[in-house]
Amino acid sequence: MSLRPDADAGGAPARRPLPPRRRRGGWRAAVVPGVISLASLAAVFGALGWWIGSAEQWPRIRLQFFNLEAMQASFPRVLQGFWVSMRIWVTALVFIALWALVLAVLRSLRAPWFLPFRLMVVIYIDIFRGIPALLLVLLFGFGIPALNLPGLPNSGLFWGTVAMVVCYSAYVAEIYRSGIDAVHEGQWAAAKALGLSEWQTMLYAILPQALRNVLPALMNIVVALQKDVALLSVIGVRDAVREAQIYTAQTFNYSSLIVAAGLFMLATIPMARLADWVTRADRARRLQGAG
Amino acid sequence: MAERIRLEGVGKSFAGRRVLDAVDLSVAAHEVVCLIGASGSGKSTLLRCINRLVEADEGRILLDGEPVDGPAFGRTGLQRRIGIVFQSYNLFPHMTVLGNVTLAPRRVHGVPRAEAEATAHRLLAEFGMAEFAGSYPERLSGGQQQRVAIVRALATGPDVLLLDEVTAALDPELIGEVLRIVRGLKDAGMTMVVVTHEMGFARDVADRVCFLDAGRIVESGPPAALFGAPEHPRTRRFLQRIMDAGRL
Repeated sequence: MSLRPDADAGGAPARRPLPPRRRRGGWRAAVVPGVISLASLAAVFGALGWWIGSAEQWPRIRLQFFNLEAMQASFPRVLQGFWVSMRIWVTALVFIALWALVLAVLRSLRAPWFLPFRLMVVIYIDIFRGIPALLLVLLFGFGIPALNLPGLPNSGLFWGTVAMVVCYSAYVAEIYRSGIDAVHEGQWAAAKALGLSEWQTMLYAILPQALRNVLPALMNIVVALQKDVALLSVIGVRDAVREAQIYTAQTFNYSSLIVAAGLFMLATIPMARLADWVTRADRARRLQGAG
Repeated sequence: MAERIRLEGVGKSFAGRRVLDAVDLSVAAHEVVCLIGASGSGKSTLLRCINRLVEADEGRILLDGEPVDGPAFGRTGLQRRIGIVFQSYNLFPHMTVLGNVTLAPRRVHGVPRAEAEATAHRLLAEFGMAEFAGSYPERLSGGQQQRVAIVRALATGPDVLLLDEVTAALDPELIGEVLRIVRGLKDAGMTMVVVTHEMGFARDVADRVCFLDAGRIVESGPPAALFGAPEHPRTRRFLQRIMDAGRL
């Protein structure tokens, strides 16, 4: 205030901040950046397209990868495979979310009698974060059915999904745990002083805050998993990628892979936008809370 | 007056550092005891030993003659009898004011929802917070949050209240409203152990003031005596520093 004595002395008009200049050149301010962005996009991709198009082998590649007829011919089966992919994705998501929560809670409870559980969870996470998802899928998909365990299904679909759950839950458990750790120590003290057991404290006081803390990170995992279910194609699960490969093997035309890629993009881009939106909403909520 | 709380030779160490050293303290029913002392003198730890937020390493702590960690209180009996209010409120941010206040009665003590909410509404009204029952804590001022925290601590009907620097996080103009409430609780006969930096408040409300230094109660007595004519040189030095800072 002391820096702007005139503003205080000058009465009401001077005290208000200047109204934003919207009237003059408003449409220009809105349109010009858009035009510039579009033009630069067109320039970059135009140059890239021209560069690729000028390659000697381009006409052959175009027929092999971007053959419209082959795309149309392979589409129904790739779509069918994609439907399988999405079902695997949703199933795995549900089990990952629950199983990882169990792991994270077991690791975060502090009473001494939880120590063996804590230890087991630490070992679990160390092991399954250390093995590439592809290897887990291969080991589970080919190894376990060969055991012929009584009472358990032998399908690659089942064991491949289990492999994804086992692998991803190790990551998601760590995300949950970071959310739990981020809850202020005073919340534990308050709950304990009110007489809540450790389990009740977790359920009523800590977890709701922890889940809210990590929602943006979880959304990214959801998007990543949506694509990683394609790994199951290596053990013969007839998902989108597998169906595309089958078509490729029959016709020596790779356009079916482009179809599969397009389908995955159609599914993941809205999910990524949703993840962005969740992150933004979360940040807005935090800022509001701080102010 | 009957003795409500008794500490005998209570000791506590954190990572080899002795935070409490053979503390003896007796608090009568309806008495208000203020603990004062420099940061790190052990006053908060002492307070938290009474309701077992911190487990004492040595000595005995009795509530109405029963050891607080004994079978007399079961798992939640002690928490029903002793409420605590923290410096940073520690309200649950994802619950409404009503949710915060009814959590312990409903989930810990099995009070039916309607009954717990009726009690909560009555208490909130008593502390001028009736209209905020449906609000989330982040919408409230610091003073209002602290009032909710006090109501939450009272919701299980305790007869002992522990206050841990309840005004330290408040803006100066909000301190008064919380202190008025504490004074009201004293008038209603609540037994209180109060850790505070508000010397004026301690002088005003306390029946007895204890000065802690390095984990020991160095000196204790009625506020008039302790603030007027401190006997121990360390008490004098502490009060001198407080006075120099213009807080007494």
